[in-house]
Amino acid sequence: MAVRAGYALALLLAVVILNFTLIHIAPGDIADTIAGDMGGATEEVMAQIRADYGLDKPFPVQLGIYLGNVVRLDFGYSFFFNTPVTSLIAERLPATLLLVFTAQIFALVIGVVLGVISARRPHGLLSHFVTLLALFGYSAPVFWTGIMLLIGLSLLLPLFPVAGMIDVALIDAPLWRQYLSVAHHLFLPALTLASIFLALYSRLTRASMLEVLGADYIRTARAKGLSERDTVYRHALKNSLGPVVTLAGLQFSAVVSGAVLVETVFSWPGLGTLALQSILARDTPTILGILFFSALVVIVGNLLTDLALRLIDPRIRGGGG
Amino acid sequence: MATPLLEVRDLGVRFTTRDGQVTVLDDVSFTLERGERISFVGESGCGKSMTALALMGLLPAMGQVSGGSINFKGEDLATASEARMRQIRGNEISMIFQEPMTSLNPVFTIGRQIAEVLQLHRGLDRRTARARAIDLLEAVRIPNAAARVDDYPHQLSGGQRQRVMIAIALACEPEVLIADEPTTALDVTVQAEIFALLRDLGAKLETAIILITHDMGAVAQMAERMLVMYAGRRVEEGRVADIIKAPAHPYTRGLIACVPHISTDATRRLERLPEIDGIVPPITSFGRDACLFAPRCGRASEVCHGERPAPAGVAGHKAHSVACWHPHEGGA
Repeated sequence: MAVRAGYALALLLAVVILNFTLIHIAPGDIADTIAGDMGGATEEVMAQIRADYGLDKPFPVQLGIYLGNVVRLDFGYSFFFNTPVTSLIAERLPATLLLVFTAQIFALVIGVVLGVISARRPHGLLSHFVTLLALFGYSAPVFWTGIMLLIGLSLLLPLFPVAGMIDVALIDAPLWRQYLSVAHHLFLPALTLASIFLALYSRLTRASMLEVLGADYIRTARAKGLSERDTVYRHALKNSLGPVVTLAGLQFSAVVSGAVLVETVFSWPGLGTLALQSILARDTPTILGILFFSALVVIVGNLLTDLALRLIDPRIRGGGG
Repeated sequence: MATPLLEVRDLGVRFTTRDGQVTVLDDVSFTLERGERISFVGESGCGKSMTALALMGLLPAMGQVSGGSINFKGEDLATASEARMRQIRGNEISMIFQEPMTSLNPVFTIGRQIAEVLQLHRGLDRRTARARAIDLLEAVRIPNAAARVDDYPHQLSGGQRQRVMIAIALACEPEVLIADEPTTALDVTVQAEIFALLRDLGAKLETAIILITHDMGAVAQMAERMLVMYAGRRVEEGRVADIIKAPAHPYTRGLIACVPHISTDATRRLERLPEIDGIVPPITSFGRDACLFAPRCGRASEVCHGERPAPAGVAGHKAHSVACWHPHEGGA
């Protein structure tokens, strides 16, 4: 596990350097934005702004300074929002984490259940329906799915709120009312984000389950006199989860990037919305900070996947690791 | 004599395939007494395992019993409900398989897999079932059982895994244990140990054992009676000693001739082992009214190709029967 943590740190460092370089290569900087807001500026003023923000120094020096700051967990100051980047992100990260994890859990639970059901009758009507649903979920663009759900379940049939994370009227309400309101607001965005991954997980569960159901130890389970339900849900399911959890781990970064789109559609006050705003404003420190924390979320997600796999399969647990 | 523990009469099994129905088992009959050891012998695809699966009510989805009866302690298992079969499986009739490496669930401890049958059929609670699982591991001679009970299957050798399978199968002290080629995947030395274990435990628990094998050596070690099967039919049945000394069916004779004997004179040049020419006929022809071994048989005549031979007693031996138009007589 210590080795894995070491890899994770090295990966994080590489991500920081790569991001910084890429942003530096991209045309335009904060001076352009400020000049634009001022309605134009002379070369001297532009040079003055760049000098103020340290943008006139050579690239390696800028990178060195930035890395030094990141090590001290200082992500700089947002020129655009006039706040330290750290507090900006601290404000937004919980919302994104909530969305991302809820969506993953939705996708995994629904996906696995659908997959198992369709594996038990691989040529049944329900199995075909699941295949169709999976194909649809996977091919529909996530923002479109979101908008359709909004139209269907917020406008035509007003079951869920259209935007935001909590009902502002509840600011003084008891905590449980607030939690309930957040859950209410969370449902549609999480379902939208889950729709893509749900498809993948249900297909993989189906395939993996079909393979496991043919295994010798399933015959043993039946020969013990276990009921069909115990055989499938106790003996087969745990064995077929391995590939699904592995895929869920690999997809974690995709879920995080999908969250950017979903947050925008549902005005969910998370990192995604912030990312969009800061990119448009060429707010480099904020962008870099968001990228850093997104990478961190993905890395932590992968470590959690490893942990989950160890829990499921004792063969991975054994020896070192 | 009282009614036997298990009496299978004219058991037939059919598969429904895309090309229609095929007969897999054709009028198989045998009896099994309490504590008796019988062996089913024959080449692959002769219906030995299918007979066993029919007894367990575990035929593949495309198969069904098409006739006959399986009388077990006064109850016909061929028509028993699935719920009733579940009560019997692993409890009164249990089974171990050919592949110990893959027959245990890799994600559960062996202790839990043993305890599971006890909780299911005996209603034991977790703690008692676990304690009993340790006793069973000791009974199947796994050293340091109390420490091994929490091991996962991948931490055990093939022989040990088969011992665990035996512990699972015998946990509820069944009346019948079906062992489907239990040692084929194991080393010869381990084979002998497993057979010794099965014999000892079977005798102790008065469990009747059905050993499925194509290994004549195993038959001689393990069984009192044997049933030779060919193409889904019983071709010869009798006491092991009688049949090995004087096989009546040409097929049985061929099977026995295939077994290499350790020469008393080790320097003698080994002769080429005899083999039975040809192969088992395609499954689609299993139901035909003919002797299905005739195309491979040196003694075949007109009648063999056109009429099905009925089982008949063999002179001089008690309970020795053969289904052949031209059986061998006297010693081998």
